[in-house]
Amino acid sequence: MINNTAIDIAFSPRRIYANVLRHLYLMRTSWPRVLEMIYWPTVQMILWGFITLSLKDNSSYVAQAAGILISSVLLWDVLFRGQLGISLVFMEEMWSRNLGHLFVSPLRPYELVVSLILMSLIRTIIGVGGAALVAIPLFHYNIFDMGLPLISFFINLIIFGWAIGLTVSGMVLRYGLGAESVAWVAVFALQPLCAIYYPVSVLPVWLQPVAWCLPASHVFEGMRELLFQHTFNAHHLWMAIGLNALFLAGGIAAFLAYFRVARERGLLLQVGE
Amino acid sequence: MNDIGKQHDYVIEVDHLFKQFDQVEAVNDMSFKVQRGVTTALLGGNGAGKTTTIAMLLGLLLPSSGSITILGEDMLRNRYRLLHRMNFSSPYVDLPQRLTIRQNLTVYGHLYRLSNLKQRIIQLAQELNLTELLDRRYGRLSAGQKTRVSLAKSLLNEPELLLLDEPTASLDPDTADSIRSHLQRYQQRTGATILLASHNMAEVERMCAEVIMLRQGQVVDTGSPDALIARYGRNTMEEVFIDIARNRSAEEAIL
Repeated sequence: MINNTAIDIAFSPRRIYANVLRHLYLMRTSWPRVLEMIYWPTVQMILWGFITLSLKDNSSYVAQAAGILISSVLLWDVLFRGQLGISLVFMEEMWSRNLGHLFVSPLRPYELVVSLILMSLIRTIIGVGGAALVAIPLFHYNIFDMGLPLISFFINLIIFGWAIGLTVSGMVLRYGLGAESVAWVAVFALQPLCAIYYPVSVLPVWLQPVAWCLPASHVFEGMRELLFQHTFNAHHLWMAIGLNALFLAGGIAAFLAYFRVARERGLLLQVGE
Repeated sequence: MNDIGKQHDYVIEVDHLFKQFDQVEAVNDMSFKVQRGVTTALLGGNGAGKTTTIAMLLGLLLPSSGSITILGEDMLRNRYRLLHRMNFSSPYVDLPQRLTIRQNLTVYGHLYRLSNLKQRIIQLAQELNLTELLDRRYGRLSAGQKTRVSLAKSLLNEPELLLLDEPTASLDPDTADSIRSHLQRYQQRTGATILLASHNMAEVERMCAEVIMLRQGQVVDTGSPDALIARYGRNTMEEVFIDIARNRSAEEAIL
């Protein structure tokens, strides 16, 4: 008989690996899922690449840095794919009606959160990384030329995406798959405030403080400064890191709170619309 | 006090358990005990509180009040330590459809941090007649095959306590019989305790030494199938079930 009495540990990399493995198996057997990861970032990048070509000779803004629009759309996709990576992977469990089995195993909710984050990272690297590589031969633009600052932009944007994704996943758990559409549209509510394609100063004065409360605004302002003036603004970096710490803590807290409500209401066995 | 390793007479002790959903009392002052090494049935009509009770025993659902002690430990406080020693199977909770049986069992084996996992999967597949199907996707299996996979998942960690929600629902008699036989062999080999919710009274008579009858979220009677049949003056558990579901006491049933 297996001895199960003394093997519990509060944080198990193996349980996290198990949940990541479950989604890697799924990716391996479903090419539409892999295609979906790469398809939209690439289409978006191609669209903005052609807009860049069109504007290059007519716009001083684009002429200052030819890759500005492509960089913006690729980095925006880091945020979007980061959020979607969390939400979609979590909803896979709900679609397959697997939550009941998952949570009668010793898997902790925070281990599930870590596995969702890892899957989001893998999906974002595949999706946005693929699009970034396509941009090199197609538009002769290599986003990796940004160097080390690109890593800080990527990390800050994906963490912001995780914070939103965890909150949205908690909401879907609490309100059922009827709230699924929130996962697709939530991040777009913030898009106008993130200063992706224009500076924060373009926004109405009363809206600018709100924009400065979002880590993404600091990242995109920092990106523009890097591309236009070739300087890396550490202030934006630290602001983004500080805000992300708050947003991520809030996202995790929201997910765990929704999880507790789901346990109070018996939702883990009754997933559906 | 650390109770690990200590042998208790009762594997499950439920004491004054309540669960209220908005205005509905799904479980209303429920108390019962389940003996170690015994198969016990949790019976009742639709809405009697069986699934709600099982969900609370598993920690999937938080009680409004009351206590649940499993294997000598407080379930609410030590849930994760206990989950290593229990498992659950239900035809109403699926496994990922696109994963093969082997992949599903591998994922769950890692969740229970089992050693010799590959060997364990092969062994379970042999025992449950799943060897030929191991690399078939779960979503392409018949209802009977899915039930056997769910059972294999629930036996991966050789649980001391196995909770089963209608383990043979919608199965043909042959498949249902093989599942019951496997569960009986498992219990004889390991001394595990099984609590099952079922609507199949023949299954209960065959498998269960004890029965807990529920109605409207309360325990209304307990005893062995033979004792209950005698008490209600009936010939089968099905007749006893109908008496209880229709709110007839043992005295009224005999009259």
